[in-house]
Amino acid sequence: MSDMNDPANDKKLRILQGAPTPETAHGVGHHDHDEEEGDLTEREHRLDLADLREKLKEKSGKQYWRTLEELADDPHFEDLLHREFPRQASEWDEAVDRRDFLKLMGASLALAGMAGCGRPDVTKIVPYVKQPDGMTLGRPNFYATAMPFGADAVGVLVESHEGRPTKIEGNPDHPSSLGATSTLVQASILNLYDPDRSQTVQQYGEIRSWSAFLDAAQALATSSKATQGANFRILSGNITSPTLVAQIRKLLTQYPQAKWHQWEPAAGDGAREGAKLAFGRYVNTVYNVGKANVIVSLDADFLAGGPGHLAYARQFARRRKLDGPDSTMNRLYVVEPTPSVTGSSADHRLPMRASQVELFARALAAKLGIGSGVSISGEAAKWVEAIAKELQKDRGASLVIAGEYQPAAVHALAHAINASLGNVGNTLYYTEPGDGEGASVESLRELCAEMDAGKVDALLILGGNPVYDAPHDFDFMSKLKKVQTTIRLGSYFDETSAWCQWHVAESHYLESWGDARAFDGTASIVQPLIAPLYYTHSAHEVIAAFSDKPGTPAYDSVRTYWTEASTRLPESADTGWRKWLNDGVIEGTKAVPTTVELKLNAASLPAPAAAQGDQIEFIFRPDPNVYDGRFANNGWLQELPKPVSKLTWDNAALVSAKYAEQQQYAYKVKSRGGEHGQVRSPVVDVELNGSKVTAAVWTVPGQDNNTVVLPLGYGRSRAGYTGTNKGFNAYVVRTSNALWTATGGKVTGTGDSYSLASTQYHFNMEGRQILATATLDEYRKKPGFAHELGELPEKSNSLYKEFAYPGYAWGMAIDLTKCNGCNACVVACVAENNIPVVGKDQVMRGREMHWIRVDRYYTNTKSSTADNATGDPSEYQPALDNPQTFFQPVPCQQCENAPCEQVCPVGATVHSAEGLNDMVYNRCIGTRYCSNNCPYKVRRFNFLRFQDWDTPQLKLLRNPEVTVRSRGVMEKCTYCVQRINNVRIDAEKEERPIRDGEIVTACEAACPSEAIVFGNANDPNSKVAKLKAQQRNYTLLGELNARPRTTYLAAVRNPNPELEKA
Amino acid sequence: MTEHHSYLHGVMGEFDTPEQLVAAAKKAREAGYKHVEAYTPFPIEGLAEEIGFHWTAVPLITLFGGVSGALTGFGLQYWCSAITYPLNIGGRPLNSWPAFIPVTFELTVLFSAIFAVVGMIALNKLPQPHHPVFNVERFAHASTDKFFLVIEARDPKFQLAESARFLQELNAKHVSEVKDEE
Amino acid sequence: MSATQPPGNSGHIRRLEPVLEPGHTYASVTDKIAAVVLTRPLGIGWLAGFTLTFTITMVLFISIAWLIIKGVGIWGINIPIGWGFAIVNFVWWIGIGHAGTLISAILFLLNQKWRTSINRFAEAMTLFAVACAGIFPLIHTGRPWMAYYMFPYPSTMGIWPQFRSPLIWDVFAVSTYGTVSLLFWFVGLLPDLATLRDRAKQRYQQVIYGMLSMGWRNSARHWHRYQSAYLLLAGLATPLVLSVHTVVSFDFAVAIVPGWHTTIFPPYFVAGAIYSGFAMVLTLAIPLRKFYGLEDFITMRHLDNMAKVMLATGLIVAYGYFVEFFMAFYSGNKFDVFLAEQRLHGPYSHFYYALILCNILTPQLLWIEKVRRNVAALFLMSLVINTGMWLERFVIVVISLTRDFVPSAWGRYSPTFWDYSTFIGTLGFFVMLVFLFVRGLPAIAIAEMRELVEHGSHSNKEHK
Repeated sequence: MSDMNDPANDKKLRILQGAPTPETAHGVGHHDHDEEEGDLTEREHRLDLADLREKLKEKSGKQYWRTLEELADDPHFEDLLHREFPRQASEWDEAVDRRDFLKLMGASLALAGMAGCGRPDVTKIVPYVKQPDGMTLGRPNFYATAMPFGADAVGVLVESHEGRPTKIEGNPDHPSSLGATSTLVQASILNLYDPDRSQTVQQYGEIRSWSAFLDAAQALATSSKATQGANFRILSGNITSPTLVAQIRKLLTQYPQAKWHQWEPAAGDGAREGAKLAFGRYVNTVYNVGKANVIVSLDADFLAGGPGHLAYARQFARRRKLDGPDSTMNRLYVVEPTPSVTGSSADHRLPMRASQVELFARALAAKLGIGSGVSISGEAAKWVEAIAKELQKDRGASLVIAGEYQPAAVHALAHAINASLGNVGNTLYYTEPGDGEGASVESLRELCAEMDAGKVDALLILGGNPVYDAPHDFDFMSKLKKVQTTIRLGSYFDETSAWCQWHVAESHYLESWGDARAFDGTASIVQPLIAPLYYTHSAHEVIAAFSDKPGTPAYDSVRTYWTEASTRLPESADTGWRKWLNDGVIEGTKAVPTTVELKLNAASLPAPAAAQGDQIEFIFRPDPNVYDGRFANNGWLQELPKPVSKLTWDNAALVSAKYAEQQQYAYKVKSRGGEHGQVRSPVVDVELNGSKVTAAVWTVPGQDNNTVVLPLGYGRSRAGYTGTNKGFNAYVVRTSNALWTATGGKVTGTGDSYSLASTQYHFNMEGRQILATATLDEYRKKPGFAHELGELPEKSNSLYKEFAYPGYAWGMAIDLTKCNGCNACVVACVAENNIPVVGKDQVMRGREMHWIRVDRYYTNTKSSTADNATGDPSEYQPALDNPQTFFQPVPCQQCENAPCEQVCPVGATVHSAEGLNDMVYNRCIGTRYCSNNCPYKVRRFNFLRFQDWDTPQLKLLRNPEVTVRSRGVMEKCTYCVQRINNVRIDAEKEERPIRDGEIVTACEAACPSEAIVFGNANDPNSKVAKLKAQQRNYTLLGELNARPRTTYLAAVRNPNPELEKA
Repeated sequence: MTEHHSYLHGVMGEFDTPEQLVAAAKKAREAGYKHVEAYTPFPIEGLAEEIGFHWTAVPLITLFGGVSGALTGFGLQYWCSAITYPLNIGGRPLNSWPAFIPVTFELTVLFSAIFAVVGMIALNKLPQPHHPVFNVERFAHASTDKFFLVIEARDPKFQLAESARFLQELNAKHVSEVKDEE
Repeated sequence: MSATQPPGNSGHIRRLEPVLEPGHTYASVTDKIAAVVLTRPLGIGWLAGFTLTFTITMVLFISIAWLIIKGVGIWGINIPIGWGFAIVNFVWWIGIGHAGTLISAILFLLNQKWRTSINRFAEAMTLFAVACAGIFPLIHTGRPWMAYYMFPYPSTMGIWPQFRSPLIWDVFAVSTYGTVSLLFWFVGLLPDLATLRDRAKQRYQQVIYGMLSMGWRNSARHWHRYQSAYLLLAGLATPLVLSVHTVVSFDFAVAIVPGWHTTIFPPYFVAGAIYSGFAMVLTLAIPLRKFYGLEDFITMRHLDNMAKVMLATGLIVAYGYFVEFFMAFYSGNKFDVFLAEQRLHGPYSHFYYALILCNILTPQLLWIEKVRRNVAALFLMSLVINTGMWLERFVIVVISLTRDFVPSAWGRYSPTFWDYSTFIGTLGFFVMLVFLFVRGLPAIAIAEMRELVEHGSHSNKEHK
């Protein structure tokens, strides 16, 4: 992290000067504000074509155009033009002479033009005429902001090229980023430029002006005043924006009878209810994963999901940093129904159906003297024994984490165990919940009931997508129809908007002012990187529209809130504001630990209703890529292979290997793409809770045998070009009383099959030196274990005298002990290097373009050569019930003896003096020989014109420092050569050598667990050189003597010897 | 006809078999004729020697072509890879001479072949669409089944009547004079 | 010179059946062969055949056009299988070419008289095969319009081709091969063009053949230089033909891909090339001699000899297959061993077995003289072998790529419509050129046939 600091600070220095100065923005804001006021006063005055014609009559030439501009300033005229059928349409029958007609056409055309390039009248970030301080053309600036997400917000530094945000980096100073980013954060920038985003206010699908909406909102407000808002409801997701919460609260005080409901389809209630159960009130739990020697995860995917997971992943990885055989590691036990990122990097993983986890928790608690024991048998019993012993041993330095989707009881028990082990205050602490109760299904249930009873006349839906993702027993759509006025703020005109009267296009967080709280309470100002691309508005403005100050810009709301709030802060808003913007965090907002006393009587817990025998248990999980469906239209995420299943573009009903065998599910690897592309998998009908969904099946080794996972977020009907009709919609079989775990359903094969696009079907290493693994003990006994499967031949064996690399020798070391396969590096690379999305069909043909891929291997499985096991899940083998999972990121290995270079006929790939394997795109003629000869198969070819050259929005997205590759050329990882050169230029200007850690590749920057380290291998003091000096360091397929600059540090796990021999 | 005056190329005798032709050619040489040319539908061994043509430069030209091809081939590669634009290609030496052998070889063959063919054609003074012998009606058979001997007029010993008789004595049928317009 | 028959061999020749049926005179051979070109009317068969093949050629052009419009993505190739049908076809066609040069050059040097009546169209076949082959390396690139980067020309960037790449060797080998074959062919044609010139009745024929023959007039001096040049060309073409497929095999042998990286490749590719080449000569010669009544010139003796050559080269190829396996297991290289097993029971094993059947088992029938003497059987056999050799290239190029070093990147390959249409298109193109050739030029070397007559008469005399 220290090494992250200097560059980050450099960036942020630039920010101070370069940031859009709030003052100017403020000014503009006020100006607009007055204008709006103006509108409101003269609202009665309406334009119609008649006076319009009058206005234009005698005008001509300059005069005429001036009049046009006057007209343009009048929002009502704009309104008139937007309307498909003007109210005065009839008047067209009257004779309109050619001249008038042309003038009118001219007017509408001119304004159409203005509409095209015009910006909505919100606070402007004006494109500069004269170059501002701290802004050098061609040099990116970085601005700190934060991405609000669910109950968390991730602080980010956004790279901006001449006013275009192009890339998102983590903010090292922000608690829930620490410099890292997740796949969702990385990909969120694509949503900003998504051409399918809704772009205007609409009423009944017709375009309306913002002013028209303000009118409507005010009308509604006045009518609600009478009833004190008794029939007025607000539905939103989790909101961590203090300002927005304050605004809503204020609104609710104005309309005492109105209610605010919250619903998050992919956030569990367990944590809150569990806290209530344990402590009698709702408190947040914050973990210090880094302080724990032993971690027990009860179905908790804390490394890759839920609030703070980036921070947890980093803390966790730092406890697994091995400098040598004598280093120590923490130990992670995971009990879970289906392999998660966390489970895959566990030292011990026990597949267990979700409903059994509570039993396990009780047993464990009982072992530790909490509550009465419950009978638990088999492997689990051994586990309880071993874990209990370990926890006891590490009192105060152990941690039990309950899964987000586990019921309250499990959370309560976890609290109890942690308390009894004295972990509270050490490995975890509690804070007062931030703003609001947070979302819950009960809240939505109540709303639906009221809507059904006709008690709701006006419903304001902020974000979310309830029509799509509400439990199907609520039948939200039909309820929605009973509401008179429905207003929806959403960034897409989606399933919900389609059924709402009003749709207000929502601004992306990168184009609007706001604020957000992180999981530990730290607040950040969300500052826009660019003026809204379309006529979009933020929730702040929508709420304001109903207040007595309609049209208040988001900036004012936020600024006002923090001016008030700053009285409780070390710095007043006036002095602190710019610092807050600069740092991306507001000092002094971190929630302080609160003390709670345990009120739980474990014995009194109701007996868990565990599914018996081999009854199939269905569990719902947010999809690792599209989450609850909100990212469905994001091509980067759709094409990203899911961490464990390696599926792209679809979700599938995940089943265990044994179950697949019992059901005789036959997978057929098609010869189009094959193992590295298209797999034909059986289709089943899932009947559950009285409804049915048809899904393709996918086998996930290590899943509980009686569990079927139904990933949420797919089967969207109105997601946009990319996301519509991909996969199946699991919400269809999801009911409010079985949100996460359901039984009583059945799975019946339809006999059909469906093509799934998987980038890695084969999971076995075939006894090759690919991913070296060992236990900590083995490592200590034999530190050089990684070199057993074949190693670099002696350099002296070579006939050639080798090239010298006297200056910098760029190299990369990837620590497989730390990598948890979260995929952040992949999306970061896509964003940094303008990597195209190719679509499902091309992925099935084995043509995906990712420059870095994360391979997933199962180590204790049989190889193809051994008695004909196929090395893929289509053939069952017992090892697949619970295999050891390992991940291996594979970028270009940058070989010194590059096989690809030698065979290129035109010298389009050659070696640089610093050891980079350079790719010269405009020299490449596309023979693909280099790819054939690349043992690591990291080269990617533009088989067709994969790049989108037409969509204007996507042009804004591109990184100007990286060539946009055309059809017919080969491409591959370049170690982010553009970043290397940027730093080199700085260094040369300052006449100093490049500092270690100064160059950070995109993948390295994103990695939450700091598994990827890049630097100068010639400098013995550089981090990368130190890592390469370790005995754990080995070369992928070293025996080929390609001498890669990318090397790996073997994966070491720290299993409990007791369980090992068991 | 009056002003149109033509010149004499030589006399041509036609034979039915190669043997007769070879014998005739021999006789002609013994009779001291220097400029004799024979025409045959296919190559006949020894005939060229009989009419006093012993040595051809084609092999030498070909050798020259081959040598220059080899030098060009290796020279080009060495110059490109090691001198004018040296690049580190997969850690291989700039002068990876073993890798340069195939191209060197191919260019050697290519140059030799071209030199051989072009040399042959040039030495034969081809293309030459017109030649006096074509004026003789029966000469078309030279490319089918008849064998011709021509004693050329530039031969010091040449005298139309005498040379013609000489050919008849060698029992050539169809002895005809070969004329051509200026 | 060596073109005429040294007496030593004559006895040996006579014991076998003649390479030219007796009773022919200089005139008769000339008439018979020249007639095919000059006087014989266009048969309905020829027209039908030409129309069909022309149509298929159009399919080729359409496929190429679409390829250039859309990109190589219209084919089945992917990562890891970067090379598919295009390269398979390239190697196959190049291989087929080899028989022509071999017959005209090597057999010439070895004084094999029987080559005479088949060398002309064998050489033509070479040229056409090379033409078909040449299409693929060009169009298989992602940016064909940039393919000129592969030639050493002084570019504004000052950058040159990368001469360590076998693809560059290919460029030189194939273009040299094409050029030399063309020269060789043309030199051989020169006297016959003169013959046609002299026998042509129509003015246009006289003009065309007159120009082509450059005024050749059969003078003894011309013949002398001619033979010298021809002999030299033969001497040059011989190592050349061996080098070409060696270089093609380097495309694979030089790479590190398991299944490609093998030292046996050069000899085994050359043998394979000759193998398929002779098969193709048979495929063409058998119908040709039938439809144009050339049985007198292309006798059973020729077919028999070619069959024997196929048998021999077929055995070399079989040896190659064996050595591949042997080396895999002998070296113990785990990648090679794995690949060997993949060939036997991987997803593409059926191709491998089919290839063994076509290239190794079936040709063993050629040990039986009856089979070698059965024209129909030989024709079928030639087709089988051509198929087999195509499969061999498929097995080498594609299967080796499907499962190489890193299992996570394993993939598979399946050709698309455009893969097939392009391949079939070249077949049509090839046959169309043959159709044009037999009508436009003497399919048999007339001058050399006259030599045969001459030599025949000699040997008869000696006999008496």
